[in-house]
Amino acid sequence: MLLIPCPWCGPRDEAEFHYGGQAHVAYPEEPAALSDEEWARYLFFRDNPKGLFAERWSHAAGCRRWFNAVRDTATNEVHAVYRVGEPRPVIA
Amino acid sequence: MSERSEQTSRAGQPYRREGATGKTLRFRFDGRDYEGLEGDTLASALLANGVRAVASSIRFGRPRGVYAAGSEEPNALVQIEEPFPEPMLQATTVELYDGLVATGLPGQGRLADRPDPARYDAVHAHCDVLVVGAGPAGIAAAGVAARAGARVILADERPEPGGSLLGTAETLDGRPGREWAAREVAALAALPEVRVLRRTTVLGHYDDNYVVAVERRTNHLGAAAPAGVARERVWRIRAKRVVLATGGHERFVAFAGNDLPGVMLAGAARAYANHHRVLPGRRAVVFTTNDSAYAAALDLAGAGVEIAAIADVRQAPGETWAARCAERGIEVLTGHVVTAARGEGEVSSVDVAPRPEAQGSGGEAREIPADLLLVSGGWTPVAHLFSQAGGTLRYDEALGAFTPGETRQAVEAAGFARGVATLRGCLEDGAEAGRRALAGAGLTAPPEIDVPAAEEEPAAAPAEHVWLVESGDYGTHFVDLQRDVTVGEVLRAVGAGLSSVEHVKRYTTAGTAHDQGKTSGLLTSGVVAHALGVDVAELGTTTFRAPYTPVSFAALAGRDRGPLHDPVRVTAMHEWHVARGALFENVGQWKRPWYYPQHGEDPGEDMEAAVLRECRAAREDVAAMDASTLGKIEVVGPDAAVLLDRLYTNMMSTLKVGSIRYGVMCRPDGMVFDDGTVIRLADDRFLVTTTTGNAAAVLDWMEEWLQTEWPGLRAHCTSVTEQWATVALVGPRSREVLARLAPGLAVDNPSFPFMTWRDAEVAGIGARVCRISFSGELAYEINVSSWAGLALWESIMASGEVTPYGTETMHVLRAEKGFPIVGQDTDGTVTPQDLGMEWIVSKKKADFVGKRSFARADTSRPDRKHLVGLLPEDPGVLLPEGAHLVETSALPEPPVPTLGFVTSSYRSAALGRTFALALVSGGRERAGERLYAPVGADLVPVTVTSHVLYDPEGARRDG
Repeated sequence: MLLIPCPWCGPRDEAEFHYGGQAHVAYPEEPAALSDEEWARYLFFRDNPKGLFAERWSHAAGCRRWFNAVRDTATNEVHAVYRVGEPRPVIA
Repeated sequence: MSERSEQTSRAGQPYRREGATGKTLRFRFDGRDYEGLEGDTLASALLANGVRAVASSIRFGRPRGVYAAGSEEPNALVQIEEPFPEPMLQATTVELYDGLVATGLPGQGRLADRPDPARYDAVHAHCDVLVVGAGPAGIAAAGVAARAGARVILADERPEPGGSLLGTAETLDGRPGREWAAREVAALAALPEVRVLRRTTVLGHYDDNYVVAVERRTNHLGAAAPAGVARERVWRIRAKRVVLATGGHERFVAFAGNDLPGVMLAGAARAYANHHRVLPGRRAVVFTTNDSAYAAALDLAGAGVEIAAIADVRQAPGETWAARCAERGIEVLTGHVVTAARGEGEVSSVDVAPRPEAQGSGGEAREIPADLLLVSGGWTPVAHLFSQAGGTLRYDEALGAFTPGETRQAVEAAGFARGVATLRGCLEDGAEAGRRALAGAGLTAPPEIDVPAAEEEPAAAPAEHVWLVESGDYGTHFVDLQRDVTVGEVLRAVGAGLSSVEHVKRYTTAGTAHDQGKTSGLLTSGVVAHALGVDVAELGTTTFRAPYTPVSFAALAGRDRGPLHDPVRVTAMHEWHVARGALFENVGQWKRPWYYPQHGEDPGEDMEAAVLRECRAAREDVAAMDASTLGKIEVVGPDAAVLLDRLYTNMMSTLKVGSIRYGVMCRPDGMVFDDGTVIRLADDRFLVTTTTGNAAAVLDWMEEWLQTEWPGLRAHCTSVTEQWATVALVGPRSREVLARLAPGLAVDNPSFPFMTWRDAEVAGIGARVCRISFSGELAYEINVSSWAGLALWESIMASGEVTPYGTETMHVLRAEKGFPIVGQDTDGTVTPQDLGMEWIVSKKKADFVGKRSFARADTSRPDRKHLVGLLPEDPGVLLPEGAHLVETSALPEPPVPTLGFVTSSYRSAALGRTFALALVSGGRERAGERLYAPVGADLVPVTVTSHVLYDPEGARRDG
């Protein structure tokens, strides 16, 4: 079980969190202006890297805040967490 | 205990060593009574009584004896019968107690036939340093960490600390090593920040040093276990640093008959002689690839076992060992192998022969009479937990085994677990690991570390890694004793083209038994490598997975069973429903009345009759349902209306205060997610209802959009489900009943029209009354504080004229009207248009979640599944929900194309027949068509119809 450092509450057991998939996939400004393909890309396509991945988590059984984390999908190491609206930190 | 009784017990235990003391314990095995000594395991007690065949093997039914002395045991599987049945235990880890009744197993046990009366608990713990294993390295590591003030947990699976010291009887500071271990661990346990967990097996090592262990607290006490103490406790530990001092497992070698009772790991035999004071046999042959078996042979010889010969695969054993054997008159056959163990049911002789490739070793093949064959194929570091934690393993040429390599976790192995072979080395290595763990946990290590003095150990001669003794017939060369897998089968797998140990494992099942291949995993790799002609270092080993040893479901469940398995939610009116004899349905965590059978008649009313009666009451008279479980969320703030406009498919901002609107929410892909009503309480305040099971998901959904996409919206959401109790009052006479209960409320249609709400006193209770109908009838939903819910319900029921109804009737009534239930008539692939609710999808709003998807080609395909009604041609036939629908009256060859499936199916009092709702491809264009539902061997003809089967004009809602 991961130990996830919630940016508001500090390190907590993974069981307190909900996973929210890839981060930085914004709801399109004007969905009606998108082609079917562009809309389908927003709906259905997500990255699936081996390695660093920026993803969303919600501290559902804690402060109930959404935040972002950069996790290495190969090792499960959480390299950074940051609040909604903050830019993705650069991981060396 | 008198001198006399002790002597009597010795006489009954022919293989017990002289001078063994302790309390005599009586036990029964396979129907026979025996005596053992306190401190015995079931295995050592059986050996003391000369019981060789303990169990039989799972595939071939071959007799099997005790092979090891700990949790690596592959053979001696037993079932405890008394005091409480427990299957598949290893005789080597069952502590003997008075009154134990057990039987040997043929590789499979039997579950208990009665409820387990024991209690199981769980503990969550945090520590600076977790040390796994209380052998020399583990005690040394824990000692360094603990004396520096660290919070330390030291866990060991056995009842007594000492690890390998117990079996080897090595000395420290000139005293038996087990005395040092006991003294040191007692001193550590007395420190305030140290917790010593005995009889505690660490089963799993997960991410971020999350470690799960099981502590067996009373298993060893049998019927004497105190009632107030949990039998087992699961420890869930989060450790800053972990030191794995898990020692090693001895391997055996594959030769003919290597599974016969009487064949035993050399180190195990040494432990039985030294620790349990039991002789595992009278006359032994030793077969080894390394020096360690010499110490075993000498200890056994000292205990009175005749060592007939040592067959060593090497030309050059350690010189000191050879000299000590010569002193004792033990014959050492260098360059020899054991080609077979022979005997009927147990070993009676051993075939030894010079290795064909060993030039000039001399000697001839011969058969040596013996009742014991000790085997050592080398020692494997126990790297299970390190591997589970994500660590890599690397091959150690000297050991002929894999040892811990790299890991990103804050864990390291110490002592033999990382290949340190001497006692002195293990003590020093453990202390160093303790020092590093302290530094890793941010604590300062003491400058000086005391390590007790170990005996001088003879210089080791290199081991030679021999996996199997070659033969023309590999039928009884076992590699996995518990799975009955032989070299022959491994060779067949390799011959079939498998070249990975993972594939061979799955093909042969080697390593998949409940011993997790502790003694056999590396041997399997070695045999595969041998067959492929590659180095075992390249081939690697299979992945280690939790649990390290089997764990009972009862322990994992702990107290989370029965009523505590999951929270149970009940409404304010629950006790009334119970008293009335309602049957309940689980909806999420809620208990909802399902129907209320009348018990006056004999026989009592069945479900069908009860539901038909409840339906008639709602359609023809007046009935009430406890609707408190509907999810309720208050959405408050200046931008609350904007938020709802974006989340619902229809317009909510135009809703007037005092009015109610039905709404549907979709996912961005356009599929229905939830539905319910929206009540406008004030300009900036809405009350949203959700389906019972989806309340939490809808709140999550709203908060997710608010936080991640629209943080600028000034709105917040609060769950108020538990704050309100709700009664649905339904039927043509509901207005009359409400008028009587709420004399101050104008209930006539113009004053209180459909889809509006009013505040009123109902039965003297402050209430919010909504004119909402989920049945098509004139109906009201009366909401009061949940504290007053029971009082309201009792007032409504007081006159006896209102029929209580449950969820089944609610389902029938809504289905007759074609109202879908999200999650029953939808499954995440259904749009509002598919449900025939085009009208709920706003054309005016620029955007809402899901809107763009309604312009996708896929959501307008004519063959999409639509919600339709179905009327079975035989009005008495009730279709099973989930039944598929096909076009033809005879089934063609499979695969048979399906047009869709039944989502809801009921008997209708109002229609006087059965009916169903279904999702059918192009369903709306099929009205009037005949389709067929394959049910068992029959094809049931049905007619497609509109999904609205009752009162399609909506004439009944105003009463």
